[in-house]
Amino acid sequence: METLLKNDLVTPLQDYYNPNVLLNLGPSHPAMHGTLRVMCRVNGETIEDASCEIGYLHRAIEKLAENKTYHQWIVYTDRLNYCSALANNVGYVMAVEDVMGITITERCMYIRMICLELARVIDHIICVAINALDLGAMTVFWMLYTWREQAYTIIEGMCGMRLTTSYARIGGMAYDLPENFQAEMKIFLEGLPKTLDDVEKLLSANRIWVDRTKDVGILTAEECLGFGLTGPVARASGVDQDLRRDRPYYNYSDLDWDVVVATKGDVYDRYLVRMEEMRQSLKILKQLCAKLPGGSIWTEDSRVLIPKKKDVYEKMEVLIHHFKIFMEGIDVPPGESYRAIEAPNGELGYYVVSRGGPKAWRIKIKSPSLALFQSYEHSIKGAKIPDAIAILGSLNIIAGELDR
Amino acid sequence: MESIDLFSSLWAYLQSYDFIALLLKLIFILIIGPGLVPIMVWLERRGSAMIQGRMGPNRVGPLGLLQALADVLKFFAKEPFVPGTANKFYYNLAPIIAAVAPLAAFAAIPFGGTVLFDGYETNLQLSNLNIGILAALAFAGLEVYPIMLAGWASNNKYAVLGALRGASQMISYEIAMGLALIAMFLIYGTVDMNQMVAWQGESLFGILPRWGLFVNPLAAMIFLIGIFAETNRMPFDLPEGDAELVAGYHVEYGSTKFAMFFFAEYVAMSMAAALFVTLFLGGYGLLPGMEALAQYLAQVFQLEALGLHNLKTFLGVGSFLMKLCFMLFFYIWVRWTVPRFRFDQLMNLGWRILLPIGLVNLVFTAIAIYFIGSSL
Repeated sequence: METLLKNDLVTPLQDYYNPNVLLNLGPSHPAMHGTLRVMCRVNGETIEDASCEIGYLHRAIEKLAENKTYHQWIVYTDRLNYCSALANNVGYVMAVEDVMGITITERCMYIRMICLELARVIDHIICVAINALDLGAMTVFWMLYTWREQAYTIIEGMCGMRLTTSYARIGGMAYDLPENFQAEMKIFLEGLPKTLDDVEKLLSANRIWVDRTKDVGILTAEECLGFGLTGPVARASGVDQDLRRDRPYYNYSDLDWDVVVATKGDVYDRYLVRMEEMRQSLKILKQLCAKLPGGSIWTEDSRVLIPKKKDVYEKMEVLIHHFKIFMEGIDVPPGESYRAIEAPNGELGYYVVSRGGPKAWRIKIKSPSLALFQSYEHSIKGAKIPDAIAILGSLNIIAGELDR
Repeated sequence: MESIDLFSSLWAYLQSYDFIALLLKLIFILIIGPGLVPIMVWLERRGSAMIQGRMGPNRVGPLGLLQALADVLKFFAKEPFVPGTANKFYYNLAPIIAAVAPLAAFAAIPFGGTVLFDGYETNLQLSNLNIGILAALAFAGLEVYPIMLAGWASNNKYAVLGALRGASQMISYEIAMGLALIAMFLIYGTVDMNQMVAWQGESLFGILPRWGLFVNPLAAMIFLIGIFAETNRMPFDLPEGDAELVAGYHVEYGSTKFAMFFFAEYVAMSMAAALFVTLFLGGYGLLPGMEALAQYLAQVFQLEALGLHNLKTFLGVGSFLMKLCFMLFFYIWVRWTVPRFRFDQLMNLGWRILLPIGLVNLVFTAIAIYFIGSSL
C-alpha cells in the first residue's frame, strides 16, 4: 500500500527521488482555468517533467444521461463547455434527432447555425482574452469582454439565460428569436470587428506579445493528429480540417466562408487563427441573419411536437399524448448515432445509443478538451513556467468539458 | 549640570528656525510620499478603467476618491495570518523594510529651490547630502531585500520563485541604470541634485529647456526602463507575476503586511519617478512659460525681489509635482497597455541590450565632453 501510494497515485512522475522541486500548478491556481492540475518537476523555472491529472470537475454527466430523459439531459450539456453552451445543446439534439429520423424546419436550422456561430465567437473571445490576461495584457481582456457581454445580452433575449442556455429542443427550439434580435445582432456584428482590429493593433505586432507567444508550445501537424487534436489548435498547426466543411451539417456549404489554417502551431498562430475565425464566424452570422427564413421553428413530427393547448383541451388522444410527452418523455426508437459538430474547441461528438424508451441506454461525449489536455503534458516539458501558462491559455481547455 | 545644558540647548534647537523648517519639510515629504499613494491607487483604478472602457470604483466618496481609504480600513480589519511554517522574524521584517526604504530615499531628493524667510535661507530638501543622488539610489537599492526576505521566509515555492526573479532582475537592471547615471554625472559634473537642477535650468539651442532628457535621450531611456524594472511595474512585474506565480513573493502575506507591500510599491514608484524628474526632466526647474508667469504675478502683486524669489520657488515645487504626476500617469499608461515579459527575455533585455547600449552611451558621452566640454 505504501509503495503503491508513493509511486502510482501521489506522483506518477518518473523520478520520485529527483532533488529538483516538485511544483503543483493547480488545481487551485489563477491560470489553471477551473480545476486543472499539473505536477511539474522544475529546475529553476524550467519544467523538466510534468504530469497532468484530470477528474477534479467530474460530475458523471454521461452516467446521468442513463437516468434522465432525453429532454432532461439537455441542461447537462450546458455544463460541458460552459463558454459555449449553445453549441453543446445543438450538437446533442442533432444526435438524438438523428436516431429518431427527424428533419427540422428551415428556420430552426438557421437559428441553430446562429447559435453555433455565436457560441464560437464568444468562446474564441474568452480564449483570446484570457490568454492575453494571463500574459498580462488586461486591457485586451476588458475590450473583448465588452462584446462578450453584448453577445450574452443577445443570448439572454433568445432563451432567457446567459450562461446555461438549454436553448435547443429535440425537433425544434425552446423559443423563437426575440423581436429585437436583428437590431441587437447588428450592434454586435458591427462593433466586434472594430474591437478585433484594436486588439490586433495592441497585440499582433507588439514585441513583447510576439516574443512571449512565437515558437512557444509548438505542435506539429503529426503531433496534432497523434494526440487527436481538432479545432483551432489543429488548424493552427496546419491540419486543414473543419467539420463544417468536411462533414457538412446544416447548410454551411451554401454560405460564403473560409477555413482558417496556419502553419507553425505555436501560441501566436493559435491566437491568429482564433482572431480570424471570429471574423469568419461574424461573416457567417451576417449571412445567416440576412437569409433568416420565416415559418415555424418546430418540426411537424408528432413524436416530439408539443400539442397545441387548444387541442389538448378538446381531443382525448392529444391530451394523452401531451401527458405522455411531459410525464414519460419522448419515445426514441432503438438505434444509435454519432453526430459531431465543429464546436469552438474542435470536434464535439455525441454518441447516443437507444434501446427504445424515454431514456438513453448510453451517451458518450467526445470532447475536444480531453485531447487538448493530453497534449499539454507534452507541450510543457522543457518549457518555462510562464510558457506553460501561455500554452494553456492558447489550448483553451475547459474543465467542464474535460472531466464531464 | 551638563545634562541641563544639553536639555536647554535641545530646547533652544526645538524653538529654532532650522527645526521648524525641518519639521515642515518632513511633513511635506510625508504628504507627497505616502500621501501620493491613495491618489495613485485612485488614479490607477480610474485610469485603467478609462483605458479599458469601464467605470472603475465610484461608490466611496465623490468619484470614488475615498476607495483607497476603504481598502486600507479593510486591510487593517483582516486577520494578521502568519503561515505556520514561515520564518516569523524575517516574515515580519520584510514588509517593514519595504515600507521604509523608499521613504528614506525621498529624503535626499530636492523638491524645490530655496525659501528666503526672515533672513534665513532654507533648501527645500530634507537633507542635502554631499553624496546626493547616490544616497537616494542606495536606499532605492534596498527594495530588493524585502522581496528576497519575504519570498524566502514565507516557505512557499511560488514565493521563492518570485524572490529569485526579483533579485536577479534588480541586479541586471541596476547596472544598466548605473551606467546611464554615470553618463549623466559626466554631463552635469556633479552628484549634487540641486546643482543638477541648476544645470538643467538653462536652455538648449534657445528653444528646448536643457533637460537631461534632451541632452542625452539614450541615458533617459535606459534609466526609464531601469526604474520600471526596479519598481517591479508592468511589463516587469515578474516577481509578482499574478498569472504564473499566483502573487509571487507576497503570496503568503495578508492584512496589514500585504498593505505595507502595496504601499511600498507605490511609494517606490513615486520615489523613482522623482529621481527621473530630477535627473532628466529638470527637477524643480520651472516649466517653460512659468518664468513669464512669475514675472507677471510679481507685477500684479507688486512683489519685491525676495517675494519674487519665493514665488518662483513655490512655482518650482508646483512644476516638480506636475512632472511627477506626469511620470506617475506614464507608469499607469504603460501598465495597462503592454503584456508581461518572460523571465529570460527580461534578462536578455537587461544584459544583452541595455548594458551594451549603456556602455556605448557612456563612452560616447565621455568623448563628446572631452571635445566640446560640459558647457554645451
